[in-house]
Amino acid sequence: MMNLTLKIWRQKDANDKGQMVDYKVTDISEHMSFLEMMDVLNEQLVNSGDQPVAFDHDCREGICGMCSLYINGEAHGPDRGITTCQLHMRMFNDGDTITIEPWRASAFPVIKDLIVDRMSFERIQQAGGFISVNTSGNTQDANAIPISKHAADEAMDAAACIGCGACVATCKNSSAMLFVGAKVSQYALLPQGQVEAADRVKNMVEQMDLEGFGNCTNTGACEIECPKGISLENIARMNREFLSASLKG
Amino acid sequence: MAILDSKVPKGPIKDKWTTYKDKINLVNPANKRNIDIIVVGTGLAGGSAAATLAELGYNVKAFAYQDSPRRAHSIAAQGGINAAKNYMGDGDSNYRLFYDTVKGGDYRSREANVYRLAEVSGNIIDQCVAQGVPFARDYGGLLDNRSFGGVLVSRTFYAKGQTGQQLLLGAYSAMNRQIARGKITMYNRHEMLDVVKVDGKARGIITRNLITGEIERHSAHAVVIASGGYGNVYFLSTNAMGSNATAAWKIHKKGAFFANPCFTQIHPTCIPRSGDYQSKLTLMSESLRNDGRIWVPARIEDAKAIQQGKLKPTEIAEENRDYYLERRYPAFGNLVPRDVASRAAKERCDAGYGVNATGEAVYLDFAYAFKRYGTEQAKIHGIKNPSEAEIIKLGQAIIEEKYGNLFQMYEKIIAENPYETPMMIYPATHYTMGGVWVDYNLMTTVPGLYCIGEANFSDHGANRLGASALMQGLADGYFVLPYTIGDYLSDDIRTGKIPTDSPEFEAVEKEVKEQLDFFINNKGTKSVDYFHKKLGKIMWDKVGMARNEKHLKEAIAEIKQVREDFWKEVKVPGALNEMNVELEKAGRVADFLELGELFALDALNRKESCGGHFRDESVEQSGPQKGEALRDDINYKYVSAWEYKGKPSEAVLHKEQLEFNDIELKTRSYK
Repeated sequence: MMNLTLKIWRQKDANDKGQMVDYKVTDISEHMSFLEMMDVLNEQLVNSGDQPVAFDHDCREGICGMCSLYINGEAHGPDRGITTCQLHMRMFNDGDTITIEPWRASAFPVIKDLIVDRMSFERIQQAGGFISVNTSGNTQDANAIPISKHAADEAMDAAACIGCGACVATCKNSSAMLFVGAKVSQYALLPQGQVEAADRVKNMVEQMDLEGFGNCTNTGACEIECPKGISLENIARMNREFLSASLKG
Repeated sequence: MAILDSKVPKGPIKDKWTTYKDKINLVNPANKRNIDIIVVGTGLAGGSAAATLAELGYNVKAFAYQDSPRRAHSIAAQGGINAAKNYMGDGDSNYRLFYDTVKGGDYRSREANVYRLAEVSGNIIDQCVAQGVPFARDYGGLLDNRSFGGVLVSRTFYAKGQTGQQLLLGAYSAMNRQIARGKITMYNRHEMLDVVKVDGKARGIITRNLITGEIERHSAHAVVIASGGYGNVYFLSTNAMGSNATAAWKIHKKGAFFANPCFTQIHPTCIPRSGDYQSKLTLMSESLRNDGRIWVPARIEDAKAIQQGKLKPTEIAEENRDYYLERRYPAFGNLVPRDVASRAAKERCDAGYGVNATGEAVYLDFAYAFKRYGTEQAKIHGIKNPSEAEIIKLGQAIIEEKYGNLFQMYEKIIAENPYETPMMIYPATHYTMGGVWVDYNLMTTVPGLYCIGEANFSDHGANRLGASALMQGLADGYFVLPYTIGDYLSDDIRTGKIPTDSPEFEAVEKEVKEQLDFFINNKGTKSVDYFHKKLGKIMWDKVGMARNEKHLKEAIAEIKQVREDFWKEVKVPGALNEMNVELEKAGRVADFLELGELFALDALNRKESCGGHFRDESVEQSGPQKGEALRDDINYKYVSAWEYKGKPSEAVLHKEQLEFNDIELKTRSYK
């Protein structure tokens, strides 16, 4: 069992200035997940008539991409290849002070406490993150176009992105290039995506810039903090696609 | 009873859907532009429906409580999606998929709906590939398939262990295309709090903006509910934390019948709970049962020693292990269907043979698979006289290739290495087959109000087969609803925009606001979760894997009591006009507290055992099936459709008798 001090970012709404507030939690089991520890804190706050800490979470099994905490200076906390909801308290020690902040990026404004607005990601996807086929029926047979296993597997690895935003939160430039590169790559690697490839990359990159995300300076921090291990190669591929699309005019 | 008309078209089952589609009314493209449709929920069913309806030309408003449609809980589906493509040439066909689904559902689903599902299944795969869903492929570049529980063919398409994610991202991309064109207006972080009927027809919804707290009115010519299942009535389930029944329950209270609420799937391979603080349970893919053997100690003293931490599973000799599924079901062994495997685990744990501190866990052991694969690998690689350690190492590499991500997930949660010691598993609530009653058109008993995906009841009967939920969600959204809704809307081309300033909107908005006001102003002392956990415990203990009259009656009384306490004692901090997570939860739990009672009432009414619903009183008394579930086709071959009458306890039962013309009813035997 652990007793912990939590330093948590509290911010009433988007207009509030916000501040760090200290809390104590006691008798925390090492088998708890990090968010279960947060549940304990919130139950404590509700029982004493205070407002619980707002944080995003949903599936609690590492796939929905909703949870988004910056813990002790690291996106999704001190473990690799996981989201916050998969982080367990056994990574901490009795007596620790844990600092919990929201994602910090100008393109992710805070809504409340630890919850940020990731609509910028939505708008980037709407700018081109799709293949323009109609969904109401008569497409050709699924096996009509063979796709090499290698290309399919690589596309799948890129498509595994959960859109959590850890890459942006981690990057010193708040760059979204790992996120955008993953989507561009998924379609660029598949024959179905070729028809619109040039327009797609141009539109998505343009929207990314409009949203105020920074540029990539190849430090690779995003790849290390990405809970799904999305590779930096995707950024390289996006740059290549973008260059060739721009040259085509 | 005439009140329940399933509207199943006449004719041979193979032709029903095609003939029907040829004859239904259509709305011309120009008129579609003047028709609005609301879609609540943007998982596989809602997302695919929203995209397709928008593409057809309707104006769609879509609603999700999450910050993006991509986060809906469909995303967590691991294993795959079924389709009768017969790419493997192993004898699959639409009929076989139909047959497996009806049989797997223990003959409690509607034949015509299930046949249609099988019929459009192949088209789903075509569609998803065209959208760029990266399904697994073989070295020749064609699509790969695998096999799932309860069937004899390989018809499951998959994208690593993240099939649900990839299919949802496909539907999400189709939505994004329509959002960009202005054909879908997307309302993220919005929750539907009630439906509005005008002249008996569904014409809109009342929502709360979860960021600002603002209450909004939205009108449309038709409303589609795609809000998923109600598994969180158990508090602990594999559902997402936010998964809720509010949309489905609110429409029930406004006239939509609720069908078969007691048909719930308890999945056998979940990670056991570790303490009272637990917030949710994690599923491990059913595919693990292909290679793992399930056992508990055969001797009670060994079980006790394990529970106290004095003995390790690896110290128990082979002859002192009880591989109870292999013992009880020699034909199917560890691959019996989900409901059977779950009950067998409970039976052993209830008898005291559970293997963790809580006594609620059984072992899933891969040691045998390590040896089997290792021996094979040693031969393949020409290793002569390999040592035991070498064999195990070779075998572990194969298992890692197949299930590495699941083993890693297990280790993160439990902090034990499943390569060295057997995994511990226990059943958990996973999926709800019951839901809002719909006819062949997927319309509820309220005109213009539709229900699709897990939220409706129609296709899985009393038990759902693996990899069929994704199939049903996408079938409803891409290929069924877009046709059937047109037939209804063809009458609405002259209606014009539905105003939101009518007395009907006024009245419902007032109701919604009153409830929210109540929560904020109630000076209670206990949190929402306190009551949710209490409800969950009653549901699990008395309306869980095995049910009986005594427990069900107790459950009904206890749920009622918790509900009364909830309305007196619940405490919701904060205000209305701001983001307020406790307020969101309060409304959801209020609905679960009513749904839970109807659930128990339905379980009490259905005195047979079938699929996921097991009544202690209805078991085979003799013969080779002694002790197994006993279905009663003479008295219970119907869908229970409940009509709301002011209180859950006063709900009126309507029966839709099921007809089986193309399948012979048989006892499910896995012995």
